[in-house]
Amino acid sequence: MKFLKFGLLGVVFGIVMAKSEAISWFRIQEMFRFQSFHMYGIIGTAVILGVTGVFLIKKYKIRDFHGNPIQFNPKEKSIWRYLLGGSIFGLGWALSGACPGPMVVNIGYGFLSMGIVFFFALAGTYLYGALSTKLPH
Amino acid sequence: MIDIITQTWSWWFSGALISAIMFFLIYFGQSFGFSSNLRTICAASGLGKSVKFFDFNWRSQTWNLVFLVGAIAGGFIAKEFLSTDEPVQISEATISDLQELGFAAPESLQPNELFSLESAFSLKGFLILAFGGLMVGFGSRYAGGCTSGHAISGLSDLQVPSLIAVIGFFAGGLIMTFLIFPLIF
Repeated sequence: MKFLKFGLLGVVFGIVMAKSEAISWFRIQEMFRFQSFHMYGIIGTAVILGVTGVFLIKKYKIRDFHGNPIQFNPKEKSIWRYLLGGSIFGLGWALSGACPGPMVVNIGYGFLSMGIVFFFALAGTYLYGALSTKLPH
Repeated sequence: MIDIITQTWSWWFSGALISAIMFFLIYFGQSFGFSSNLRTICAASGLGKSVKFFDFNWRSQTWNLVFLVGAIAGGFIAKEFLSTDEPVQISEATISDLQELGFAAPESLQPNELFSLESAFSLKGFLILAFGGLMVGFGSRYAGGCTSGHAISGLSDLQVPSLIAVIGFFAGGLIMTFLIFPLIF
């Protein structure tokens, strides 16, 4: 039962991704061609509200559901892993029109061929795990 | 009233809900990052025996796998109960650019040229989906996050690494769209 709330949040996430059309390959193309504000509006709104909320959580030292202080873990400082990894991700995002979340939402929506994309995303994750010690980070 | 639900949801409403999901996850003691599930599934499949990167207590990530299952259900609910199956309303400029590459104007959310089962199981179609997925999976773990982990969660916390990752997302996306698409489509 303790996982039910995460399942419900996942359902809301899936519905928003589908109804905002963020799961659409066409919308991702429109974004990378700078021909509509739609995707920028979605991400921009989430980030502006996110920055405000994170600021307030830190300022008022808000505690979580379990009563623990909410902490934000700074990501490790580096350039290469973010720039190289991010660029490879971007190549795949534009080609398949889906990042990992929208992949599974598409499967639920009935675009079963997105299962191929998701399977190979798992393969790509495995490949990174196997090669990670040899890559510049 | 029903129209408001079945038509495309506005960018501001959708963005606000995504931010709300992130804050609920934070409030419940977790964080918003979807691609971690890919690593968790690899670990749960026993790959930790041969690759150290997958040797961790993946059961602590069960909450995120439940979120993933919910997201699949959410996609199903959106399709079955909240949609009218109108084609996605992208801009005329995009339709015309994509027509030059051989894509018909949208008939649903996804192009048949890539996602119909017929196309997905042609050699070229399969390779496109496979390479797309491979790069998303490899790149998200190399960069330590995807759109949710870096673009939403990381930027909300004003993390410089996340900003670099998002710049990378766009560099890769623009190279694919403007340099590689004309070669493969």
